[in-house]
Amino acid sequence: MKNKIVLFLVGYVVWILLSWPLDRAHAYVGVVVVGLVAFLTGDLFTRRPHHFLHVTRYLWFGCYVPLFLWECLKANIDVALRVLSPHLPINPGIVKVKTTLKSDTALTFLANSITLTPGTLCVDIDQKEGVLYIHWIDVRSSEVEKATQLIVERFEKPLKKIFE
Amino acid sequence: MSNIVGYACIVIGLVFDIFGCIGLIRLPDVYNRLQATTKCVTLGTCSILIGTLCIKGFTGAGTKAFLCSIFLILTAPVAAHALARGAHISGVKLWGSSVCDKYHQDKEHKQK
Repeated sequence: MKNKIVLFLVGYVVWILLSWPLDRAHAYVGVVVVGLVAFLTGDLFTRRPHHFLHVTRYLWFGCYVPLFLWECLKANIDVALRVLSPHLPINPGIVKVKTTLKSDTALTFLANSITLTPGTLCVDIDQKEGVLYIHWIDVRSSEVEKATQLIVERFEKPLKKIFE
Repeated sequence: MSNIVGYACIVIGLVFDIFGCIGLIRLPDVYNRLQATTKCVTLGTCSILIGTLCIKGFTGAGTKAFLCSIFLILTAPVAAHALARGAHISGVKLWGSSVCDKYHQDKEHKQK
């Protein structure tokens, strides 16, 4: 029941933004539509709804967003420089890194962050062993520990605070 | 003022989108091409949408642009991940001078 309420609130915010500027008719239709969606798919959305009540998680999320945007911008400039330089300075390969994150949401966010940061693209995740396979456009080390330190570590701490 | 910021965002977004397209043509294999297109096109398109938000303000079009940019950030990497994994599973080889392929090694190891 709790996860349906959480999905209803999140869904209603999205509905309000979609039908902005809000009037009365849209507000009523929104209750019906979002209510139906929340009733049908609430169990898929989250398994631990009590996490949405922790304030510290939102604070850590506030720290994570600027870090993510900065890395994203750096990634774009990095790719632009590689693509524009005449002799194409790439040195690609698929490396293996380890992570200590366990939950689905945290792993999804970790994979998304890795994909949008400089030179890395997540190819596959093995959730049981906590292993990610990363395509790296400029392989600096093919050893597991060194690659983990270079790719995963800066995101792991905030994501652990937010989602675990 | 917000108009100038908005147009600046849109120009930056267009430039990054162009870099993404150049990367799609110049880089050698599927995985490298996915790298260029995912990163550049995500930030480029998000930047165009945020520019729209700056110019339009919090009107109907502005809020929809903002929502679209959030959905794009959440879904574009997932699509790239699915494409890369699918390509590797169906046997697309890495570029000839690639350094290492731990994924391939581990898969062979498991089969034995």
